[in-house]
Amino acid sequence: MKSEKILLRFPKTETGKPIVYQLIKDYNLVVNIYVAKVTQDKEGYLVVNLTGEEADLARGKAFLCGMQVQVESVENGILRDNNLCTHCGNCVSHCPTNALHIADRRTMQVDLDQSLCISCSLCTTNCPFGACTSVL
Amino acid sequence: MRTYKEINDKIASGKAVVLTAEEIIDYVDRKGEDKALAEVDVVTTATFGPMCSSGCFLNFGQCVPKIRISECTIDGVMAYSGLAAVDVFLGATQLRVNAPANLTFPGEFSFGGAHVIEKLVAGEMVEVIATSYGTQEYPRRELRTEVCIHDLNQAIMVNPRNCYQNYNVAVNCSEKRLYTYLGQLEPNMQNASYCSAGQLSPLLNDPWYETIGIGTAVWLAGSHGHVYAEGTQHFPTCQRSPNGVPMEGAGTLGLTADMKQMQRKYVRGCSFRGYGVSLALGIGIPIPILNQRILRQVCVRDSEILAPITDYSLDYPMKTGRVLGYANYEQLKSGQIELNGHKIATSSLSSYSLALEIAELLKAEISKGKFLLSEPSQLLPREQFSKPFPIREKTL
Repeated sequence: MKSEKILLRFPKTETGKPIVYQLIKDYNLVVNIYVAKVTQDKEGYLVVNLTGEEADLARGKAFLCGMQVQVESVENGILRDNNLCTHCGNCVSHCPTNALHIADRRTMQVDLDQSLCISCSLCTTNCPFGACTSVL
Repeated sequence: MRTYKEINDKIASGKAVVLTAEEIIDYVDRKGEDKALAEVDVVTTATFGPMCSSGCFLNFGQCVPKIRISECTIDGVMAYSGLAAVDVFLGATQLRVNAPANLTFPGEFSFGGAHVIEKLVAGEMVEVIATSYGTQEYPRRELRTEVCIHDLNQAIMVNPRNCYQNYNVAVNCSEKRLYTYLGQLEPNMQNASYCSAGQLSPLLNDPWYETIGIGTAVWLAGSHGHVYAEGTQHFPTCQRSPNGVPMEGAGTLGLTADMKQMQRKYVRGCSFRGYGVSLALGIGIPIPILNQRILRQVCVRDSEILAPITDYSLDYPMKTGRVLGYANYEQLKSGQIELNGHKIATSSLSSYSLALEIAELLKAEISKGKFLLSEPSQLLPREQFSKPFPIREKTL
């Protein structure tokens, strides 16, 4: 089994199609939707975590590419500018997955574990210094 | 017992023993109070956080023909010009002239006076637009130009209220989200927001203002400045713990320093959704270890400092004075506090990490003989109450 976090960008023509359903039914994939914005007749995006056999994952991604859906790997759920971050820690209680967290309570530095980030953007709206920006 | 002169002589000769307000705690634990008192000359305190009551006086110099500015904007932010010809005051929380503010709630408040101040400190160009009614000796009626801080004669930061001695822990007891100067507060006390460097914070290490007074030398964002007055809303008469540490806001400081010597890292514009713009500042204040009492006071630790948990949905705006409970800074820094059996996630708007960095920077400057202490020329009031704003209907 393999797990992969990806960002899917849909052109207007594809937003009406039940892509997630097909990923589950035809490609045997477990789909965990982190962020979704899909509006009929408008461009949309999904941040999902796909889990499945390596071959199924590859076939699923090939299917997505065939649908004119742009598939981007999401290594970084958000972008944090270390020159702007003051490590105040305000983001920490707003981050639902503890991706932003304080590992060392002595220095109180804010660490970011990208593997836990679900791109919810709560940090981007809560940071007084504009240190976090969305990848979407 | 030590005097300021003895300490400054030691600093000047590069022999002063300086520790941060965090280090002194361990030092006294390990070596004992008597040894620490004999050895340590200075303890450095520091804080970094949003301080709305900040701003700067700027003098642009004169152009040809001369102007006596009557209205002025800098990067679209109005600067007060009811002063001499080319003097203005730029306030940190002032918004751009056409800013939508909270017209669509919650507003973003992406730019204001604080951001202009940060740009100036960084040496960036800002656009100045000024108009005047024109006089015989100041005939120019308008100007539009770009300047940077190096073009100005003076850029002096003057902050009426910095370094709150202690501060509220904000929670939201209502059913709807609040947007405050302490950040976003989720309904039903889902989170709590605090804002103090706790055991590192200047006035928590000098609870009765025995060494920090008018004339005290301070490190303001990298520049060497001074305490010029008690801060606005300096209310030392308040509930205090047995160690003398206030259990609410209490004392404040008016600070000033040359902005040309400041570093951008410690002068940061910040935006609070639904509230407005503020200026986050890094401040370091040295405390001379004059006697045993002062040494004991700088050994204060997070677990001994209590902050009032306050409901910002009702009690704060309606000034009821009700406090839901108290939390100490050790609990607040742990990421969770408990109030009546209810667990609340905590986060800070004050950067302890940057406060530590500043305490170390100031320690290094003093150790190298580059920063001397100054004895206050006047002490701050130790008794003073808050007055209400009287709302009186004017009868005709």
